[in-house]
Amino acid sequence: MNEPLIEVHRVTKRYGEVLAVEEASLSIRKGEIFSLIGHNGAGKSTLFKMMLGLLQPDSGEIRIQGEAITGERFRQVRRGIGYLPENVVFYDHLSGRETMRFLGALKGADPGTIMPLLKKVGLEEAASRPVRGYSKGMRQRLGFAQALLGEPRILFLDEPTTGLDPAGIREFYLFLKELREQGVTMVLSSHNLAQIQEQVDRIALMKTGKILTAGSVHELREQLNLPILIQVSLEKPDMESLRDALARFPECGLTPDHGSATIRCDRRQKMPLLTALSELQGIRDITIQEPSLEDLFLGYVESPEISGKREAKVV
Amino acid sequence: MSLELKQIGIIAQKEFWDRIRNRWVLAVSVIFTFFALVIAYFGASQRGVVGFSNIELTIASLVSLAIYLVPLIALILGFDTIVGERERGSLDLLLSLPISRLELLLGKYLGLSSALAFSTVAGFGLVGLFLSYHIDLPALAQYAGFMLSTIFMGMAFLSLSFLVSVLAGNKTTASGAAVALWFFYVLIYDLILLGILVVTEGQVGGDLFPYLLLLNPADIFRILNIFGLEQVKTLYGLATVFPESLASPWVLSGAMLFWIVAPLGLAYWKFR
Repeated sequence: MNEPLIEVHRVTKRYGEVLAVEEASLSIRKGEIFSLIGHNGAGKSTLFKMMLGLLQPDSGEIRIQGEAITGERFRQVRRGIGYLPENVVFYDHLSGRETMRFLGALKGADPGTIMPLLKKVGLEEAASRPVRGYSKGMRQRLGFAQALLGEPRILFLDEPTTGLDPAGIREFYLFLKELREQGVTMVLSSHNLAQIQEQVDRIALMKTGKILTAGSVHELREQLNLPILIQVSLEKPDMESLRDALARFPECGLTPDHGSATIRCDRRQKMPLLTALSELQGIRDITIQEPSLEDLFLGYVESPEISGKREAKVV
Repeated sequence: MSLELKQIGIIAQKEFWDRIRNRWVLAVSVIFTFFALVIAYFGASQRGVVGFSNIELTIASLVSLAIYLVPLIALILGFDTIVGERERGSLDLLLSLPISRLELLLGKYLGLSSALAFSTVAGFGLVGLFLSYHIDLPALAQYAGFMLSTIFMGMAFLSLSFLVSVLAGNKTTASGAAVALWFFYVLIYDLILLGILVVTEGQVGGDLFPYLLLLNPADIFRILNIFGLEQVKTLYGLATVFPESLASPWVLSGAMLFWIVAPLGLAYWKFR
C-alpha cells in the first residue's frame, strides 16, 4: 500500500512567460485515491498532462512504476493507465459502443468488456446512439467508461464529476471505492473541495503552479491548526457568565449574537474549553464546527506565509 | 523506436470508414465520374465531333481537370486531421493511449490516402470501363497511368495538408493555409515561372526552369502524364523547354515521392 507508484520530482513547466507548474513534487502511493485540488488555472491539468507524458516538463522528472515517462518502455506502462481528460469530447458521429471499440482496440482491451462497462456507467440503452445526441452527463459517463478500458491499474481523472448530477456524483464515488478495493490507484483533480474531501485518501493543494502541501485531510488540519468554532446558544441573553468562563482562555474570541454566541478557538483548547462550558449554567445547546477542507483551502490561499512554512512537509 | 503496425491499422481503418460513412468517398467518386464522362464524351467537340474518340486528348483534358480538383480535394481532406483533434480535445485522449505520435500520423495518412485512392479509382475507373470498349490496351494502360499519378498527386497534397494541420494553431488558420497552398501551387506557381521567363526574355531561369517545375507536385503530375502522350507533347510545346533526361518516369516519380515523404516527415518532426 505504501510503495510510491507515481513520483513527481521538482517538475517545472512554463508557457512563455507564464509559469504553469513550478517545482512540483509529489509521491502517490499504490492503491490510494489522491486528489489535486486548486482553483481553475492553478496548474492541475498541466501537471496531469505531464504525468501522462502528453507534455514534456521543462525540468524535473516524473516516473510511473519506476519508468520515466519519456522512455520507450513507457508504452507498456500506458496500457495500464486510464485517462479521463477535462471536458472530454468524442467523435460525434460514432456511437458510444463504436467509440469504446475504437479506443479499446488501441488499448488492446478485450472487446467483450465494452458492453459491461457501458452498462456499469448507465449507458447501455444509449450504446448504439451517436454521441452527438448525448447530454453532458452522458458524455462524462462515456469518458469514465473508456478510462476503464483494459482494466487499468492507474486512473487519471481530470475534473471527473463535471456535468454529473448529484446522483451521478454519488454513484461515481461509489465506483471509485469499488475500484480501490481492487487495488486501482486513482489520481483526481478537482476545484470542488467540499465535494471531494470525504472521498479521497490524500490531497495536494495547488496554487499558481505550486504544490502548497499534501497529506490526508486529517494531517492537513493538524498541520494548519485551523481554529474550531463553537456555537453556544443561551437560555437568557446574558453574556456575562460566558465572558467570565472564557477569561481563562484569553486566546479565544467571542462573538455574541442575540442569545447565542460563537467562540473561535485554537483546536488544542477544545477539550478544556468544553469542560469549562459544561460547568456553566444557562446553556441550551453547543454545536462544534470542525474546519472543512474548504476552510483549509481558503486558509492557504489567503495566507501564503503559512504555505511557506509547510513546504518542507510536502510528502 | 519501434512501430506497431496494429496501432497504425486501427487509426487508418477509422479514418477510412469515417469517410465512407459520411459519404465523402461517394461524393468525390461521383464528381470524378461526372467530369470524366463529360470530358471523355464532349472533349473533342471543339473539333466538331462528340463521342468517345481520341484517348490522348481525353487524358490531356482529364489531366487539366485533375490538376485543379485533386489538390483541392486532398488539402480539404487533410487540413483538420491533427488540429481538429487538438481543438476538439480528443488528441490528448488518443496520445494517452499506447500509441506513438508517428503511428498516429501514419495511421491517419494511410487511412485518408486510402479514401482518396478509393474515390479516384472508383470515379475515374468507372469511366475507364466505358472507355475500354472504345480503345486498345496500350491506351488503357495510359489511362491507368493517369489514375495512378492522380493518386500520387493527391497523396503529395495530402502530405502538405498534414504539415499545415500540425503547424496551424486552430482550424481556421489551417483551412486558410490549405486554400493558400492550393492557390500557390495550382494557380500562381506556373504564372510566376512564366512571368520570369517572359520578363527576362529567357535570360534568367531558362536552364533552371525544368528543375523549378519539379518543385511543384502539380507540375510533376502534368509532365508525368503529358510526356507519355506524343500528340499532346507537341501540342503543349513542352518538349522544347523540358529536357528528355528529366522526363524519365522514374525521375518524375522520385520527385513525386519526395513530395509525399518530405512534408509528412516535416509534419512528424514538428508534431513530436
